[in-house]
Order: sequence, then C-alpha cells, then structure tokens
Amino acid sequence: MFAYIVRRLLYAVPILIGVNLLTFILFFIVNTPEDMARAHLGDKYVTEEAVQNWIADKGYDGPMFFNNEAPGVEKLTDTVFYDKSVKLFAFDFGQSDDGRDISSDIVDRMGPSLALAIPSFLIGVWVNICVALMVLMFRGSRLDKTTVAVFVGLMSISYLFYIIVGQYFIAKVSKLVPVSGFNDGLDGWRFLILPVVISVLAGIGSGARLYRTLFIEVSGQDFSRTARAKGVSETGVLFHHILPNAMLPILTGIVVVIPMLFMGSLVMESFFSIPGLGSYMLDSIRAQDFSIVRAMVFLGSVLYITGLILTDISYTWADPRVRLS
Amino acid sequence: MRIKPIRTLAATITATLLLTGCSGPWNDPNPPADPEVQTYFGSFTTRPKHLDPVRSYSAEEGLFLDQIYEPPLQYHFLKRPYELEPATATSLPEVTLLNDQLEPAAEGEEVAFSRVTIHLKPGTQYQPHPAFAQNSEGKPLYLFDSASESTQYTLLSDFPQTASRTLTADDFIYQIKRMGDPINKSPLIGLMSDYIVGMRDFSKMVKEARDGDKWLDLREFEMEGLEKVDNLTFNIRIKGTYPQFKYWLAMRFFAPIPWEADRFYHNPGFKDKNLTLDWNPIGTGPFMMTTNSPNREIILEKNPNYRKDVYPSEGSAGDEERGYLADAGKQLPFIDKAIFRHEKAATSMWSKFTQGYYDRSGDGDSNINTATFDQAFTVGPDGLELTPELESRNIIVDEEIRPSIFYTGFNMRDPVVGGYTEDKRKLRQAISIVYNDQEYIDIFRNGIGQLAHGPIPPGLYGYKGGKEGMNTYIFDWDETTKSPKRKSVEYAAKLLAEAGYPNGRNAKTGEPLILYMDTTASDASPRSDWIKKQLAKINIQLEFRVTDYPRFKEKMRAGNTQMFGWGWLADYPDPENFLFLLDSRQGLVKCQCDGSNSTNYDNPEFDNLYDQVKTLPNGPERLAAIEQMVEIVQRDSPWIWGFNRKDYYLANNWVKNTKRHGISQGTLKYVRLDQEARAHQQVAWNSPNVLPLFGATGLLLAIVLPGISFYRRRQKLTIKAEE
Repeated sequence: MFAYIVRRLLYAVPILIGVNLLTFILFFIVNTPEDMARAHLGDKYVTEEAVQNWIADKGYDGPMFFNNEAPGVEKLTDTVFYDKSVKLFAFDFGQSDDGRDISSDIVDRMGPSLALAIPSFLIGVWVNICVALMVLMFRGSRLDKTTVAVFVGLMSISYLFYIIVGQYFIAKVSKLVPVSGFNDGLDGWRFLILPVVISVLAGIGSGARLYRTLFIEVSGQDFSRTARAKGVSETGVLFHHILPNAMLPILTGIVVVIPMLFMGSLVMESFFSIPGLGSYMLDSIRAQDFSIVRAMVFLGSVLYITGLILTDISYTWADPRVRLS
Repeated sequence: MRIKPIRTLAATITATLLLTGCSGPWNDPNPPADPEVQTYFGSFTTRPKHLDPVRSYSAEEGLFLDQIYEPPLQYHFLKRPYELEPATATSLPEVTLLNDQLEPAAEGEEVAFSRVTIHLKPGTQYQPHPAFAQNSEGKPLYLFDSASESTQYTLLSDFPQTASRTLTADDFIYQIKRMGDPINKSPLIGLMSDYIVGMRDFSKMVKEARDGDKWLDLREFEMEGLEKVDNLTFNIRIKGTYPQFKYWLAMRFFAPIPWEADRFYHNPGFKDKNLTLDWNPIGTGPFMMTTNSPNREIILEKNPNYRKDVYPSEGSAGDEERGYLADAGKQLPFIDKAIFRHEKAATSMWSKFTQGYYDRSGDGDSNINTATFDQAFTVGPDGLELTPELESRNIIVDEEIRPSIFYTGFNMRDPVVGGYTEDKRKLRQAISIVYNDQEYIDIFRNGIGQLAHGPIPPGLYGYKGGKEGMNTYIFDWDETTKSPKRKSVEYAAKLLAEAGYPNGRNAKTGEPLILYMDTTASDASPRSDWIKKQLAKINIQLEFRVTDYPRFKEKMRAGNTQMFGWGWLADYPDPENFLFLLDSRQGLVKCQCDGSNSTNYDNPEFDNLYDQVKTLPNGPERLAAIEQMVEIVQRDSPWIWGFNRKDYYLANNWVKNTKRHGISQGTLKYVRLDQEARAHQQVAWNSPNVLPLFGATGLLLAIVLPGISFYRRRQKLTIKAEE
C-alpha cells in the first residue's frame, strides 16, 4: 500500500502543475496585470506610473511563461509562472493584493469553516443514511413512493430558498437564533445551528434518494434474502447486512469530500456571515485578488487529491477483498 | 446507581448550551456588553483593504480611519454648507503667496508659489502604542534584528509595554514624505506631485535609496516644499495658487504618522504576521483600533490620550429642534467602545437593526438600499414616510444630499454623438430631453435622488436651484407648479430633425440612427429596457455593448465608447471638484491617463474659465465664472445631467446626535447612546416564538411514530396473515 500511496502522490505533482497552469492562463486571459492594478488602485487620480509600480511590486512585470532573453533553463525558471508556482508547492502562499499574509488568513478562517462543515457533514450523512434505510423498510409501499416524490421535490428546490426561508422564519420571525454572524468558542453554537439544520435539510432530498438506490441494489442480493430467511429482524438485516455491503459506493462519495470540508461552503458562509474559507474565496474572486484565488485553487486541488487517495485507502477498510498495489 | 456516560454528556451539553446562549434574548448576535462601558454596535459590508491613511481612499475604510487619524483640519459636524474647522491645527492654515524668489508676492505680481503654514495645537498625544515603548536607557523596546527574536508577538495586543508621545510638526512632514514614497502607493502621489514642490524629486530619490523591505528613514531625505518652523509649526510650499488645497488638509492622507511607528512595523518578520501600518493604525484621534479581524469584526475603543475636544454649540437651521445641540460643550467622545461586525448581506444587517442589535441600519455610505427600502418606507401624501412598524419604534431618520453626480456621458470624440457643431449639440440636447431622469429616480431609486441641471450638486458654492439654476436647454419653467418642466418629446424630435436625423433617420442616407451604450451591466435588465424606451421616443435605436469592467475602462481610455453611465463623489465640497471633470486636460484620451474627464470634453473657453475658478477665492468674480461655465456645458450637453444622490440613514431611538456628514465619516465621536433604553427594548422586541419549534417537533413525531408503529406491526405479521 505504501508504494501505491507514493505513486499516487507522485502522480499528483503534474496534476497540480496543470491545475496551476490552467488557473494562470484563465486568470491572465480575463485580467491582465494592468487590469488588476487598475482594479486595486481605484478610479481616482491613478497615474500610469502608479499602475506600473503596482505591477512591478507584485512581480507581474516579467515574462509570464517563457523568458526568451534568459539563458538555458532560466528561460522557464525566470518567469512569473515559475516564480509564483514554486512557492505554492512549498505552501508559501505569499501576500494578497491588499498586503495581508494569505497563510495566516487561511489558518484564521479554517476554524469557522470546519465549525460549520463538520457538523453539517456528519449529521447530514447520518440523517441521509437513516432516512434511506427507513424508506427501504417500506419499499414498494405507497409511503415509499410518496417519499421518493418528496425527495425529488426537495432536490428541485434551490439551496438559496432553504436559506432565505430558514433565516426569515427561524431567525427573523421566530427569533430563535441570530440571523447571521459567528462567535468563537462555545457561544458559536447559536450561530451554527441554523446553517447546519438548513444544510442537512437541503441535502436530504439528493442524499437519501441516492442511498436508497444503493441500499435497494444490495437488499435484493442473496445474502440479504438468506438473512431474512434465517429469521434476522429487518433492522438487523438493514444495519448488519445491507449497510456494510453498501459502504463502498457510499465511501466513494463521502471520503473524497472530507478533506474538502476545510474549504468551507461558498454560499452558506456568505449568507450567514461566517468568516470561513468559502467566503474568502468568493471575496477574492470579487476583488480580483489573483494571489488568493491561486492559493485557494491550489489548496483545493491538494485536498481533492488527498480525498481521492483516502477514498482508495478506505476501500481496503470497507472491503477486505480490495488490495492496493 | 451508576449514571450512563451518555446521560452525563447530554446533561453537560444541555447545561453548556443554556449557560452560553440563553441568558438574554436567544437571537442576540452580540457578545454580552458591560453596562458600564458605553458600547456602540455597528456593521460594515465591505471589508477594508487598506488602513494606511496615505493609501486608503474608500468610504468603507474611512468608517474606521476617520475615527482614528486626525489631519490638521476637519469638517464642522453640523454646519451646512460644509465648513472646515481646525482639528489638530489651532486655526485654518495661513496662505502666503510667493514670487519666484520665494518672497511675498506684491500686488499684481505673478504668483509662483503658495506657502501654507499650519500651527498645531500643543499637547496632542498619540494613542498608547508599543512603537513608543522604551527601555530604561531610552532605546526602543521593540526593535529586532531578525524575525526569530519576535516570534511571540503576532498581534499588537501581544506587546506588554506601550507608551505615547506628543504630536509634532515632524509627524506631518513624515507623512507627506510617505505620500511621495512610491512604495506606499498613495493614490494622491500623482496629483500632489503636481503641487507640492519637490515631491517628484523626492520620489525618485527614495526609490533609488530603498533596499528591499528594510525600513528607510524618510527623515534623512529632504523634500524641498516642506519646512519645519518649530515643533508645532510647519510650511508646505505648493506651486502657484491652489485654494482647494485646504480641503486636502482635512483628509486622512495628511494625517500625522510618527516615524517610530514606521520603523516599528518594519521589524523583520512583522509583515508576515500582518503587523503593518496598513493593518494597524496609530493615530491621535478619539478612537484607537484594538481588534482588527476584518473577516469578523473591528473594534474601536476610546483613545485614553485624546485631546480636549468638545461638542459643537452651533449648527444649521433646524438642528436645535432635532436635538443636535443638546450636548453642546460636552467633552468628546461619548462612547467608550464601538464594535463593527462584518455583514455581507444587506437583509441580515437590516434584520439585526430592526431587532435592535445594531444601533443604526448601517454605518457605511447609505444604509437604505433597494433591498431594505420597502421595509423602511412607504410613499404617503407628503412623500416618503416610515412604515407603521418603524414609526411605532420612533426610528430616527436623517437625510443628506451627497456632493455627487451620476450622469450619462457622451463621448465627445465620437463621430456621431460627439463634436461641437450646432447639429451635434442639438442631437445631444434632444436625447437629454427624452431621457427622463426623474422617471429613472422614481422607478429605479425609489424616488431617492435629486434631478441635476448641471455639473454642480446642491450644497456647493455656485449651485443654483429653482428657476435660476434650471437648464433651459432641457426644461421650461412651469409657473403653475413653480418647478422645471421637461421640454416636450415633439420639441426633442424637432431638435433631432435639425441635427440631421428627421424621425430618427439620417437625412442623407435614410438609415436609422443607432446609438451604442457601453456598459458592464446586462443588456436585458429592466434598466436597459427603460433606457432603450427613452431614446425610442424619438425613434433612436439603442444597442448595449456589454463588457467586463477592465475592458470597459480600456475602451474609455481609448475613446472607443459612445454613451456610458458614470458618476463622481466629491473629494471636497468645492465646485472646482466637479468642474474639473470637464477640463480638457483631464480628458482620458487627450492626457492618455486615468483622467477624470470621462467624456473627453474639450472647450478652450471652459478651460480658461476653469483656470480662473481654480485659483479665485469665493466671491462675485468666481461666481460669475462658475455661472458662465455651467451655461457653456448646459449648451454643449456633454452629459445627460442625471441626478445627485440623496441618502437616508436610520437609527434606533436610543442613538443621539445621528446627523450624517456628506464628506467626512469622522462623526462617531459625536454619537451618544442610551444603553438602558437599548437593553430594555432589545428584550421587548425579541421574545422568542417557540411555536415553530413545537410545530417542527410535532411534524417529526407525526412522521416517525406511525412509521415505528407500522414497522412493529409488520415485524409481528405471520406468513399466513401476509397471504
């Protein structure tokens, strides 16, 4: 397994270079360094000299990908792309365009993101599995059909609708929790309860429907029938036979997401004023802060690759027949 | 009996939740406040990007910086029209006109320079700050040779020792030098280099002398136009005459910075911990920043060293009746602490305001926007009225017409709409007549705004309202309503025909007149449809050319636009700050710079008059020149004049002295609170309604219990029964 992990990590290097290259190309096609400079310097009294100073200060004044004038290998290394990319691989994200240290901002914002994402994720998965198993017990009945219709309905409703309705009725009209915000420490639960509930509710439709489908497939197999024939109770069949055997596809969807929890939720954090990494990304895109976008895309790629590796590892835990080699 | 661990855990969690969250209203987002500490609760929607006074130029940054930094001058809180008064200076600056020999210019002699002399109040102290802390030998306590020596310090509050010192003229000189240092990226460096003698040379000198990120002691470099007379007096020498310079002295760009702070923030490794002057202000103002977490909250606390500063005893008409003079003569500031929380969504901010958790409905620019307007106002017979709910809460409403203008510009270099011949003027006038800005204000701005008749907004010297100020090319005076009435569409069509486009078609080719509006907004929005309909009144077709903002700016710089929307917020309340928007030397294409003349308007007669207005003091001569300039541009119509912004601000009834200022944001020191009333009303307004909670639980049980029952029944079924 060790060799497998090392090999996968080595595969990750060209993927990360590719992702970074794409980000660079996309960002610089949309925005030239001059555009970025003008966006940051504002509209009033901006001189050409100030624009050029900004570009030089950010290190965008050199050749972007290929330096014709440099000798040998420096043709590739004496470029903006190389300069910025090498630091990323050392996890040195540098400074944002407004002069703040990106690493310390990421560390600062990771806490609130995890405070929202972990309970939303854990409760969400648990609720979805429970609901899917419950529905499975009534398979083929009217209740089953009605529930599937409800799931499709829930899936079809926009995430924003849940947020707006939740904020309006629970926070504004009923005054049960604060409308938005975040506090550190134990007091933070009051701010998190509504976004967590909304996340879970908004995810039930798609999550439980998916799991129900997975469970139905497993429940029709011989071992389930044998268990029932042996007299195992329905709950016993569900939790001891069907659930463990449906774990492989469930893990495929779940484990890959775990590292991504660090990245936070773009929409939820913005609506509930939670100072996490999701809103950090959104703000930086709005502000055309390429340094932050680049760092966050890189971090996202690293975490996603980590998630994929963890998923592979989790298969060996869920199914002893799987061997990584 | 042994209690199960799970029960213990449940009990602990319940107790914790009850203790942490349920001591007051359940929905209180604010941390518990000490009743002895007068605490203001506010919000900000856009997080500040720069807190260095030499660099910051946005309103959202001004919300904090204007409470912390004190330039030599400030605006009178209550008086309108806006009036300057001394802040850290003892009086308004003395201006001496000099000849090229640097001697006072004799009557009629050409003025080569102006010497601006500023006298400072004695005894003004900086806020406590570690940059001033010294050891027993009088050496700076926090000066490090390497980053490893200061690893224990990550926030300003980590430094145990702080100290202060008296403000001197050197600090103002140091800040003006910082303005000239290109590394600080001051937005004023270009403008001020044209005025302050020696700033350009100074910039070159320090740029060459700079060694990476190391601190460069700017005291060692001279700027010719700066002169220290004594500890409390200094001179700034500017080229020619520039009466508007005094207004810049009321802006944070000219606030003092102690050199010790600049050195302190250049300690090795501090930049990596965001310990920079750009994130940790140090000032002499009424407040100091004690928490700077721009993603969450920014906290200002009273500066214990704040100078003697009292609430004004004079104001404008109506101020006494509104209670704005009740605190006259009292020491400022009234509040001890201000907590500003980051709110991204306007609706959340509004909800918290109506719940009483924010003292005002917003602290930035305008705190009533399209998202919240309908919840705040209804249109009654006398105009805007508060909704009954807000009226019952005695919400305070303040309004302010900001020195600003939002207009639609014609590119004067464009072959179709530009140009200075009579037919081109008539084309632009015809479009201006049918482009009904009042309708625009009513539909898209909820009626908030004032129709503009020329470039100068209300409240500024040279502005004329009523019949006198009416734009006679677009309006006629209606004697029955005593107000301007837009000329008819028929008249506009006649002008269009005279311009060579009868019935909207080119008289020579017969082709329809198609105009283009460059925009960054969608061309399918109601606003775009409305604009198209305006021009369609005289059969002009309008197409929208949609681009992103950088491309739009690029097109503006290259002069590749035809019509576009634009706006200007005043830097200072002087007509020159609006008339210069039409000065040809500011033309985007002509100067090949980011000039402020967006339409590339180029009229030598206007330019000559502008040169006079720029240098003349207020008086009949200046007024006559302004009137002439306004008349010229009204005739040429390079802009569809648009509207001047009017802002409404709401405050809860426990907030006193809520009057807003259209230019300065340094008004927090005047705000007073009745904390007892706030606490009482917060409880009264926020009693939780647990019905939905029971409802949701009931619904859950209604689903789960029959399910369980059904499941049990099914488990007990026998094969026979199933058959």
